[in-house]
Amino acid sequence: MLWTNIFAGFGGQGVLLIGQLLAYAGMYEGKNVSWLPSYGPEMRGGTANCSVVVSDEPVASPVINKCDCVIAMNRPSLDKFEQNVLPGGKLFINSSIIDKKATRTDIDVYYVPCNEIADKLNNPKVANMAMLGAYLEATKAVQTKSVLDALLYKLGEKKAALIPLNEEAIEAGAASIRK
Amino acid sequence: MAKKLMKGCEAVAEAAIQAGCHYFFGYPITPQNDIPEYMARRLPQVGGCFLQAESEVAAINMVYGAAAAGARCMTSSSSPGISLKQEGMTYLAGAELPCVVVNMVRGGPGLGSIQPSQGDYFQATRGGGHGDYHPIVLAPASVQETVDLMQDAFDLADIYRTPVMILADGIIGQIMEPVEFHEKKETRELPAKDWAATGWSPASNRPRAIVNSLYIEVEELQELNDRLQARYQHIRENESRAELYNTEGAEIIVCAYGTVARICKAAIGLCAKQGVKVGLFRPITAWPFPEKQLAKAMAQDSVKKAIAVEISAGQMLEDVKLTVNGTKPVEFYGKPGSYTPTAEEIAEYIMKSREA
Repeated sequence: MLWTNIFAGFGGQGVLLIGQLLAYAGMYEGKNVSWLPSYGPEMRGGTANCSVVVSDEPVASPVINKCDCVIAMNRPSLDKFEQNVLPGGKLFINSSIIDKKATRTDIDVYYVPCNEIADKLNNPKVANMAMLGAYLEATKAVQTKSVLDALLYKLGEKKAALIPLNEEAIEAGAASIRK
Repeated sequence: MAKKLMKGCEAVAEAAIQAGCHYFFGYPITPQNDIPEYMARRLPQVGGCFLQAESEVAAINMVYGAAAAGARCMTSSSSPGISLKQEGMTYLAGAELPCVVVNMVRGGPGLGSIQPSQGDYFQATRGGGHGDYHPIVLAPASVQETVDLMQDAFDLADIYRTPVMILADGIIGQIMEPVEFHEKKETRELPAKDWAATGWSPASNRPRAIVNSLYIEVEELQELNDRLQARYQHIRENESRAELYNTEGAEIIVCAYGTVARICKAAIGLCAKQGVKVGLFRPITAWPFPEKQLAKAMAQDSVKKAIAVEISAGQMLEDVKLTVNGTKPVEFYGKPGSYTPTAEEIAEYIMKSREA
């Protein structure tokens, strides 16, 4: 099992966080993982991304170019990374704010209305979790429970009350791509 | 102990503390700011001292002071900051003081970029400052290895009374990977620091400790240099380390260190899919360069050539060439600055290189 992923979006959309949650979840399940953020100078409203590898084998290169999955939370991310998806790979598009369709025909494309899902849950902050839910549904890379464990670790017990909301967002994201 | 997901910089700092380093002097620079940040938070909890100096030059000289008093101490920086520390490094080497310096290398020359690079290999392995000296240079390729090497770094510094450099790069600094802090299994025997300046009075039953790197008399300076060179020779013979991966019966040996070595491993996998056996030689000690290990791998009949891969204009390449010494071709792939090659690009170069 080897999943190489690029999570990309605007700063503030939580792409680094969902990438980290995947890495933590993979580690909890005894897999080898790496999480590498882009740490260049970025302007406000600019793009952020991270490369996440989840693997049964030790992670050879944490630096990813061609990858199994690209998660694009905004239009610049789609423009930048669509060509990085390996043939047969998966592309996740936040269809709430990306009005463009994918141009690739040799990959699986998932349109996830992340912001609409979050709005329905009355919290725009969980749009990233909806996207993560869709990713988990399509890849089964790790179990949702491991992701929630990771989230609890990140939030701390004081904010544990936020877990059910995030779980709902994950489930709604997953449901959005079920046929 | 359970695995933790940690940033390379934070793991370096924690590993240093667990290795008994309670004194840190630093000055901020990207991409290693998580080290002083972590030290600032943690060192007071263990009764240590974190000090943000007014400059890199001040920080390395504070290390000189703490080391002279016999304390395990360190500083960290990234390329431009490490250049500023070179005066202090040669003084530490000349005064035979142990310390650890971490360099999370970024692009150069000048202020360069804040992205990863390997352009400081010459500076690190050839001494960097003036005079005939070498720090021991350890080049980890993962967060776990960085943690494991920190203990060794402090031990080596104490055993050989020399600065030890951790030569990593921006990726190692910024990446998060699972890491395990092992209980230290075996301790190398460490010499007593009877040379340390820890306070003297007529009642002390020993001569005054004098920490110094100035020898006006030619003969006295010769003595220091002879002692250092004998020590370096001992280090060369006993402390070199390398990882050899897939080298047995390989057609080509790729030589790379740090993060680039891991990308090469992925490239080696791509070549294997095309039926070509490529091995990896990865120096763990950049100085002393693991000559014997490379020479042995290169001596195999199956091996046609070596390819050094670096984010530089070809620096470690020179050590590879010195080792191979003209017996087989040595090629280079890489760019100076901050361009990190992809596994696909490296594999493509290797495959093309076979046809040439």
